[in-house]
Amino acid sequence: MITIYERPQSLTANTMHYCPGCTHGIIHRLVAEVIDELDLREDTVGVCPVGCSVLAYNYFNLDMQQAAHGRAPAVATGIKRVHPAKVVFAYQGDGDLASIGAAEIVHAAARGEKISVIFVNNAIYGMTGGQMAPTTLIGQETTTSPNGRDAAVQGYPIRVAEMLATLEGSAYISRVSVHNNVNVIKAKAAIKKAFQTQLEGKGFSLVEILSTCPTNWGLTPLEAAKWLENNMIPYYPLGEFKAAKEVGS
Amino acid sequence: MAKVLMKGNEALGEAAVRAGCRFFFGYPITPQSELPHYLAQRLPEVGGLFLQAESEVAAINMVYGAAGAGARVMTSSSSVGISLKMEGISYIAGAELPCVIVNVVRGGPGLGGIQPAQSDYFQAVKGGGHGDYHLLVLAPASVQEMVDLMAKAFDLADKYRNPVMVLADGILGQMMEPVEFPAEILQELPAKPWATDGARGRGPNLINSLYLEPEKLEEHNHRLFEKYRQMQEQETMAENYHTDDAEVVVAAYGSTARIAKAAVDMARKEGIKAGLFRPVTLYPFPTEEINQACAKAKQVLAVEMSMGQMIEDVKLSLNCRLPVSFYGRVGGMVPSTRAVYNEISALAQKGGEQA
Repeated sequence: MITIYERPQSLTANTMHYCPGCTHGIIHRLVAEVIDELDLREDTVGVCPVGCSVLAYNYFNLDMQQAAHGRAPAVATGIKRVHPAKVVFAYQGDGDLASIGAAEIVHAAARGEKISVIFVNNAIYGMTGGQMAPTTLIGQETTTSPNGRDAAVQGYPIRVAEMLATLEGSAYISRVSVHNNVNVIKAKAAIKKAFQTQLEGKGFSLVEILSTCPTNWGLTPLEAAKWLENNMIPYYPLGEFKAAKEVGS
Repeated sequence: MAKVLMKGNEALGEAAVRAGCRFFFGYPITPQSELPHYLAQRLPEVGGLFLQAESEVAAINMVYGAAGAGARVMTSSSSVGISLKMEGISYIAGAELPCVIVNVVRGGPGLGGIQPAQSDYFQAVKGGGHGDYHLLVLAPASVQEMVDLMAKAFDLADKYRNPVMVLADGILGQMMEPVEFPAEILQELPAKPWATDGARGRGPNLINSLYLEPEKLEEHNHRLFEKYRQMQEQETMAENYHTDDAEVVVAAYGSTARIAKAAVDMARKEGIKAGLFRPVTLYPFPTEEINQACAKAKQVLAVEMSMGQMIEDVKLSLNCRLPVSFYGRVGGMVPSTRAVYNEISALAQKGGEQA
């Protein structure tokens, strides 16, 4: 019998707490598969954020640190500077990274910290009850923008990947999505490239992953995937915004 | 090793290096700047890292990451910056990580001033951030003691897996005194099998302060307080000066204690039985020691560069069995020896009367 599918070693057997149709589970798995494939399970330290993925340490079968809201890049910096030969990644949502943690992510990138950041952008605060995020789209209804985000009042959503790509310290910055199979495969390739960028000491790497939140969007999982494709991708175009030459080649 | 003349802030830096500290994360603020200046030069010489963070908030979270990764690590700041670090300090206490935090206190509230003060006593000894926790707080009164306590701070942090604060002020930070350092740089550090350094050949380690189940969080809080109880039993430190027969005992810490000591000498010359009690650990407060020091006392005088903060611990420790008076200067103003002497003298006249 040939095994064609099994749990990556870098994931635990714990049942995930995520809502039906949430893509955190897919993204966790992709990160774990990449760590397994690069044979880094015993050389990796992960940092989880505050938000829906605060309990990611229950799912990654790795050394983990849980960070304060928005501070994962600073915590990851501390770990990486102590253990430069280890691989360090931070896993952050959009409120965590682009709002309260805006300073930490910008300066980690500017310093060229040799860490990899998995940035899950679902355009909303999930855990606290569907509030407006820095990445919430114009017109998008949330519990704190009940009539839709109005640029005149709440300003504009931040394109994190484009912003960080302007910094010299950024070595690999890309945006991917996990709303369908084709994009899941591309997302995994991007995550792998981010880790390889770190392994090769090129600098800071970040993969922004467009993700769904059916619960707080008020949609079914299938509708949510469609909504992402029709609304998020036009504002948050997919692709590589910065890539160091010869990474992973 | 021969004595060298050094500024307090720089002496703290060299003492940290000798104690095996190899990582410093901080953000500029007056009046502790000579410490980061010193370490920016010194740490790379011993293969260490000095990193200037984008903010105090980031700096303390870098300390969290590095401490969780098993390093001997420190940060330093002053009042305003310590307030910003408090979120991270609460996390560090909650996650039970060892680190050293130097606070060269300046006057407040708000932006306050840049002159010496002791107005952050409450913040230091009561926890300072959210949640039930305590820092172990050490208060040196000389540059030599800054050196000695810095080494002890790292050891205590490791022993209890708890953040330790070295609480100084602008006078101690800026003044120069002859100091002697330990001859050897500490090489062997305690093993930290709980650290996150890659789960090689073992199960994963987790650095965390989240306990969603109330029963577990309560248990965690009880465990923390069991540590604090052990600290109270084992780690209190204090200095007594002429307290054996003292009828007026001055309680003061840090640079204020130096001034109080001179005032006690003045009082003794005038035939007043005065003494000085100086807590070296502010948390845990040396409760037994102050009671011993006040065995013959009729009056106690707390002297602080604050509106009266340590005086609360003095009163609690003495269980209100003695009258406790207060003399303080604030805003960067420093009590004069004469002013403290006058207070002692007035109390000596009162004898056992209630203040």
